Order: sequence, then C-alpha cells, then structure tokens
Amino acid sequence: MHFLHGFLLFLEVKMKILVIGGGIVGSLLTKELSKYENIDVTLVEANYDLGAGVTKANSAILHGGYDDEPSTLRAKLCARGNKMYDDLVDELGVPVQRTGSLVVSEGNDGDKKKIIELYKRGIANGVSGMKIVEGEELRKIEPYLSPVFKYGLYCSSAGITEPWIVAINSGRLAESNGAEIMLGDRVVGGLVRNKRAVSAVLNSGKKIQADIFINCAGLYYEEIAKYFDVEVEKVLLRKGEYLLLDKAAKQFVNGVIFPLPTKMGKGKLILPTIDGGVFLGPTSEDLKSFDPEDLATTRNGLEEILKSSDELVPGISKFNWIIKSFAGLRPETEGKDFIIKRDEEISNFITVGGIRSPGLTAAPAISEYVINEILNGQMNIKLIKKEKIVERIPAKIRVREESFERISELIEKDELYGRIICQCNQVSEREIVDAVHSGARTIESVKLRTRAGFGRCQGGFCTWKVAKIISRETGIELEELIMNNENSYLLEGKVR
Amino acid sequence: MMKGINTDVLVIGGGAGGMAAALSAAREKSDVILLERENSTGGVLNQCIHNGFGLHFYKEELTGPEFADKLFNEMTLDRVNIISESYVSEVDVENKTVRVLSPDGAYEIYAKAIVIATGARERPFGALMIPGDRPSGIYTAGLAQRFVNLENRLPGKRALILGSGDIGLIMARRLVLEGMKVEAVVERMPFPGGLLRNIVQCLEDYNIPLYLSHTVTKTVGRGRLEKVEVSEVDENYNPIPGTEKIYDVDTLILSAGLIPQVEDISDSLQLDRVNKGYAVSNSCETNIDGIYAAGNNVAVFDLVDYVAAEGWVAGRHAALKSKGGENNTEKYPVIRGKNVSILVPSYIDFNESLRLYLRISKPIEHGRVILKELNIEKKFVDGVPSEMIQMVLNKKKMELIREKGGLFVEVVEDE
Amino acid sequence: MNRKITCVMCPVGCRITVEMNGDEPVISGNRCTRGRQYVIDELIKPKRVLTTSVKVEDGDLPLVSVKTSGPIEKKIIMDKMKEIKKKTVGAPVKIGEIIIENIDGNGVDLLATRKVKKIHK
Repeated sequence: MHFLHGFLLFLEVKMKILVIGGGIVGSLLTKELSKYENIDVTLVEANYDLGAGVTKANSAILHGGYDDEPSTLRAKLCARGNKMYDDLVDELGVPVQRTGSLVVSEGNDGDKKKIIELYKRGIANGVSGMKIVEGEELRKIEPYLSPVFKYGLYCSSAGITEPWIVAINSGRLAESNGAEIMLGDRVVGGLVRNKRAVSAVLNSGKKIQADIFINCAGLYYEEIAKYFDVEVEKVLLRKGEYLLLDKAAKQFVNGVIFPLPTKMGKGKLILPTIDGGVFLGPTSEDLKSFDPEDLATTRNGLEEILKSSDELVPGISKFNWIIKSFAGLRPETEGKDFIIKRDEEISNFITVGGIRSPGLTAAPAISEYVINEILNGQMNIKLIKKEKIVERIPAKIRVREESFERISELIEKDELYGRIICQCNQVSEREIVDAVHSGARTIESVKLRTRAGFGRCQGGFCTWKVAKIISRETGIELEELIMNNENSYLLEGKVR
Repeated sequence: MMKGINTDVLVIGGGAGGMAAALSAAREKSDVILLERENSTGGVLNQCIHNGFGLHFYKEELTGPEFADKLFNEMTLDRVNIISESYVSEVDVENKTVRVLSPDGAYEIYAKAIVIATGARERPFGALMIPGDRPSGIYTAGLAQRFVNLENRLPGKRALILGSGDIGLIMARRLVLEGMKVEAVVERMPFPGGLLRNIVQCLEDYNIPLYLSHTVTKTVGRGRLEKVEVSEVDENYNPIPGTEKIYDVDTLILSAGLIPQVEDISDSLQLDRVNKGYAVSNSCETNIDGIYAAGNNVAVFDLVDYVAAEGWVAGRHAALKSKGGENNTEKYPVIRGKNVSILVPSYIDFNESLRLYLRISKPIEHGRVILKELNIEKKFVDGVPSEMIQMVLNKKKMELIREKGGLFVEVVEDE
Repeated sequence: MNRKITCVMCPVGCRITVEMNGDEPVISGNRCTRGRQYVIDELIKPKRVLTTSVKVEDGDLPLVSVKTSGPIEKKIIMDKMKEIKKKTVGAPVKIGEIIIENIDGNGVDLLATRKVKKIHK
C-alpha cells in the first residue's frame, strides 16, 4: 500500500474508494471522504434512497453511551458519536433533540446495583450529564411513569434524531463535494486478483474499479464480504417491531424511557419522535434464517409492545393513538461488538459490520475511526484536505418550524410555501418540490425527507398530491411511481 | 406581509357542512369567509360520484358533485368569500382570531363567530395493527376513490375490502364496474358498517360476498401486496385459529371507520367521549361562546343531508351571534342511556328546535327510542347501527327539558 | 311467499315487505311511492341508476362523472359500461349535458354530473 500510495501521488491520480451501502454509516463516511483532495469516492446503495434500510427502522435514539463495557468499540464510539452530533446539526441541518434518557427500575437492591453499575460504566466511557435519580426527582423527569419505578439513571446528553436525514443529507453534502452516489443499484459480485479487491459488479451490469473497498452493507455485510473472499463473523438478524402513536400521546412522555437492560438488549422503550409522535418498542426476536427482507410484524410482537409500554407508562396503550406498526432488522453478531477493520488477507478491503445499537449514535465516530485509525493509521495514506469544500448544506425551511410572520414573507416571494400539502405535519409544496429536486423519487423518500404522510392520517389525505407533485416535477407517470422498493408500484394504470 | 381581515362569520372547512353553514350565515346578511384546503369546495362530495344525496336537503336526488355544485352556486350568489388552498395554522378561540396560510398569502382573520366544519378522516391502516408485511397496494377507500374518480387511475387488479363502511361498499361496486375483481368485503363486527341499501346495490348486485365477523389477520408482499389472510373472529374480535383463508389480491381497500377531525384547533373545546367529536348544543354551539361546529367533526353522520342541515343551523346561529343577537347561556345536558352509541347534540339550548340524531349500539329488530322527560317514544323496526335515527322536536315540546334539567335518551328492545 | 326487499331508491333504505295474494303483490313498509315502484321492478325487471365517469379531452380534469337520467335494467349495466369506456368527450362539459343519448333504448340518457373546464395547451 505504501508503494501504491506514493505511486498515485506521483502521477497526481486520485485514490478511488468505493463505499458499499448507503445507510447512516456509509453515508457519513462518504461525506467525510469527499472532503479530501486525493480521494475519489463513490457510494453505491441498493435502495432508492440513502438510509432506507436498517437506518430507517430503529428507535432513532442518540444514546448516552453507558450501556457497553469500556473496552468495546461500541462504548468508545457511542460516547464520542453522541458528542459529534452537535456538529452534524450545523453541518447537515439534522434535527437533534437532547430529550434526555431515563433507565428505570423498581429500586430493590439488585436493581440499584445494576443502575450504579451503568452509571460507573458511563463515567468510564466518558458520558456526560448522568445522574442517579429517585423519588420526586424521577417523577419530575417523567410524571406519567408507573409508580412502581422508584430508582433510575438519567442522562441529559441522550436524545433523538431522524437517522435517515443524517444519511440523506450526508449524501447531498458528499455530492456537493464531488462524491458520486449511485442509488437503486446493488453490488452483486466482486473481482479479486492477487489478494486485492479490484472491482465490484453491480446489478445493472456496471463494474466499478477502486483502490479501496469499504463494506458498510448492514444486513448484507457478510454477503458483500463473500464476494471479495473476505471472511467475517456471521451476521444474525434480530427483528424489532414498533408502534407509532399520534402526537396526542406526546403529553405523557418527555424523553427516552428504558427499562433495565437485559442480555437481549435495552428492552422495550417509550420515546418521543422528532416530529412529535411517540414510539413504542422494539421487540427483540432472532430470525431463524437469514432473510433480510423480512420486515413483517407479528401479532405476538405487537401485543407484547402494548403490554410492556403499559407497564412503563400505564394507560398509554389504552387510547386509540396507534397510527402505524412496523418492524426493522438489526445486524447482530456472536461477538456483539462493532467490526471495523481492514482485512488481513485482502488488504484493500475494509469491513464496517455488525453495526447494531448504538450504531446510529456511533455512526459519526465510526466514520472518524475508519479515516483516522484505518486509512491514515494502518494504511498510512496521507489524506490531503481539499482547499475549498462546501461546508454545510443550505438550511432547509420547514414551514411548521417557522414563525407565522416569517412564512408570510416567504409566501410573498414563493407561493409554494403557502400551499400546505400534508395537513397533519404542515408540510408545504415548496418542501416537497425541494425534496424531489434533491433526489426523492418515491412516496417514501418524500415522506422521510419532509414528514409528509408521517402524521395521524398516514397519507390518507396527501398521498395523491405527493404522487402528482413527484410526477409533475420528474415526468414519471403516476402508474410508474413506487412507494419504496422496485416492486412497490402504487397504481395499476388508467381508468379510461 | 400578513393581511388582516375582519368578518362576521368564519367557516373552517368547505365540505357539505361548511358550505351549508357559510350559505345560511350569508342569508342572514352576515359577511362570511369560508376556508377550504383544496382548490375547490365540496370536500369528499367531489369524489362521491354515486347518487343518493340531497333528498332531504334539496328534495331531489343528486350525485356528490351535483350536490357540491348546487351549494357552490348558491354561495357565489350570496357572496360568500372563499379562501381556497388554505391551511389554518392557529386558532385563538377566545378572541376568534384565526391565522391562515394560502398560496395567495398569509391572513389573520378576526371573526365575530366561527363555525368549525373540518369533517372526518379515515382510520389509517397503521391503526389496525394488522400483522405482516408493509407493501404498497393498501389504500383507504377514500384515497382509492380519489385516484379512480378524479385522477383517472386504478389501484390494482384484484382487491379485498376490509370494513363495510359506506365508502368501502361504494368502492367495491366502483372497482368492479371498472374491471377489477373484488374478492370479498370482510367486516370485523357481526353486522355491516354501511347502509343496507349499499349492501344490496353494491355487493349483492355484483355477487361480492360479505363476511361478517371476519378480519384481515396478515398482509403478505415485499414490494406490492400479494396476499392477505382473512380469519373469522370470536365475540371479542379475536381471530379464531384454524379459520384462516388466503386471498391472492394486489389491493387491500380499508373502510374501517371515520374519525372526527377535532385535533389542532384548540384544546379548550370540549369533546364527546363516545362521538369522539365536538360536544355541541342543538344550535351547534360548542362550550366556547361564539364557536360552532357541525358535521362529521361532531359525530360521524350517515347522510350528507344531515351534515348539510346541521351546517345550516350552525351558520345561522353564528350569524345571529355575530350580530350580538343571541346570548342564551342556558344549556341542559343530553344523557346517553342504554343501547345508544352516537348521540347528537350533547346539550340543549332554547335557541333552536331539537334535532336528535342517534345510532343504536347493536342491531335491534323491534325497538323504541324513549325520551322519558318528554313522554315521547319512537318505535322502529329492523334498526341497525349503520343507520341513524333522527327525531325532530319543536321548541314547545322541548319546554319540559328545562323543568327536568336535562334529557335522557335510551333505546329499549321489544320482543 | 313473503319477501323482504331493501329499497335502494334513497338512503332511507326502507325494508319493504311483499306478500303474494294469488298473483297480486301486497306491498307494505315503503315510506314513499318510489319504494312501491322499486319493489315491483325488483320482482320483474330490476333497475338501477348507473353512475361512472367518461374520458374528457383538454379538460381541467381527466374524467367527467356521469349518471343515467333514470334507472336502467340491471342486466344491461356491464354491457353499457363497455360502451361508456369507449366514449370520449371534449371539454368544456356542462353539468347536466347529455353525454350519451338514450343509452338504454328506453329513453334514459347518460348525463354529466359535473362541469369540466377547457384548458388551452
């Protein structure tokens, strides 16, 4: 690699990096790599938008970072990643709310021991804003918490975000800085020669040659590794089902509420969502076979969520507040820790795998780790920052978040700000048109980017309008439009 | 620049209820502004191209678009000001100030009285907690109706309909007429949710089976919907294992109930626990002075004619209030007795006659509505929850309510 | 024979009872005369009002909603749909305008139930 590197510099040829997988990890990494002069980065993502896999269907929490043993990558990168989100707010316009988190217990001796253990671990991991709370103080943080809970760990640095926006906006910034983003195409094979990965073969038939390959393929990371003769730990899929509640439920929840963690994970939580709803879940069920498209909810799972959330906040399941149920998968491994390493055999292939909780929180730190520890460190590549880069993506106007006076002014210049398409979340036509112009091609892409269709009517009133706007702005016929993946067409054809 | 406008009466919502309210307020010589979120008034009437509307309100049988057109023409003649494509962003119910966004600009409207006619929304698929995949091809009946009747697009090839509400039944027929195969309508309750007339002319006429006490227990399909599993349910609506049946359909249409749109206006407006809509008096006034509500945001009505009739009452009283003419704070409660679910109004005042609307909570072959305080009974046969029972009482008959301090409404089942 | 028929003439949906007194039907339970006619038709020659839509060219909407001016025989509805599917009208369309004259051969017309404006491309 030393040799190659010098050679490239000498010829003033850029080093080509292919990032496989545009979840939050791959997208953030691509964004960072796009800031270097001597790197030419391409990101390939199988879905029609970034952040549409594991990134889309998880709890969307910024964890404090007290859960994992200090020796693990999970612990190191979680606490660091949490802090890095402050910069992402500025750089990517990512919504972050530091709502705080609360691990609750009934307060018997065993429970107290566990809470204190978490606290100590948090200190060792460098987590800020922790505090053991009980009695009145606990109640003040979450007034509707069940009275059986008496002792807990509060962490003010924990919070919530919209993970897919981190991925999507990373992609946008990366593109502004010269990265190439390929959506809707999948790596289906790899070419390895003399212990070096040479090129990736895509579903479309395209071949991409690169000097370095970085596998961020999430659930598919083992499959991708195989294409390049790289051996990795077996991926085990764990399903988590969720319920989304109407904004009306938000009055009962201030921050992220966890039960005491068990060996199956952090348990079933209650937490607010960025757009003002409430999440319940997830369940935790290991899939019997490798089926990364199995996102089916189950009767047992959904009932389990209702039961457990009622134990945390009594009555929360009793109202007719449920507006959506769905499931996500997370890539687990036997070893449990993140796997971030350069392969020993195929030395230009980097694996970033097994990124389960707290992967979202850790993601910015994972990208930093790949660059500093692996590219700069182990591979000794002298990365040169570009002299001029686009530092941030332009701030996006959300009509719902602006003052009435400000929107009045905006409408004067652009009437699209005054035409509200999604009534539940107050999303204007301007926001939807902008989402389409920035690459959204599906109903779900528009929804994830703008929150149109996320509210209590779940798109009952606005789906046809969103569909017509996408069609008008792109020329795609209504009957060709899809909801998310390639077979998810919306309509059959014309009536007349 | 935000524009400030003064008006006597502001109507929020331009469906049947809101249009009737705006028109009747205008007929009382009030200045009226109507806020409509779409680019034309009419609401769901525009896509309800079937007939059966207007028999009470216009004394002629009309289709939805015709009904909407008639009301619109009358409003135009009576100089109702319409702000279309508008969105209500803030309501101050105490000061009757409403902030509105529209492509033409932002407005702050200062009204003397407000009629809220925001209608209902369809219960979304997500609320039903149906296990399985989350593919495309799952539509609420109203959205499917929009695509078919106004956007010229068919949703799929083969459909199953979950829920037997009227829009679901109407859509079953509509899809068959346009060449789709409709496998069945399944209804979780042991009785249909829509009008019997629609069971006959939409299902029986086209040999579409209706399975009562059945529900969808799984959706299958990783891109587009491919199959649904239907199971029979027991008396507690739990699926009975072993009764599963698979239907190969690419479309699932939901007609699983309407929910009054009462959120986002103001938390200080009182709701009725069972109707899940605004609690109003017989002059359609809410608990806040000068704020009226009418139509499906009060309770889900079975006929658009009733919605229009209530809108008319609301508009008239809002107009009277705006002129300072009506200040009767005397209100008596209407109390729900046995076998009664939906019940309108929640209060009785003496500004208006009493139009009592109720739904029975289960099918009753021979029954009587009993208004004990008034010594009034109304007999009925073959009563079903999907069809409202309406009773009209004039002010004179209502006098006893004042004496008794309220009105108790119950339904008894006769042999 | 004693048969109950739900009248579909209006949303009231009267449950009308028909008893045969020899060859004479005895009808009860109808709240208006339309119900009586409906039941007699239903016994001999069931009829329905057909509502659907017709393609529009150069309109502000792609379709115009239509209805038959009166009930037509139930058994011809699917056939008539085939005819309607082939029909195209040019905008503007006025409400009440005849789209297909005498569609059932018995004097019932197909009428537009909304207006469609012409758009100039």
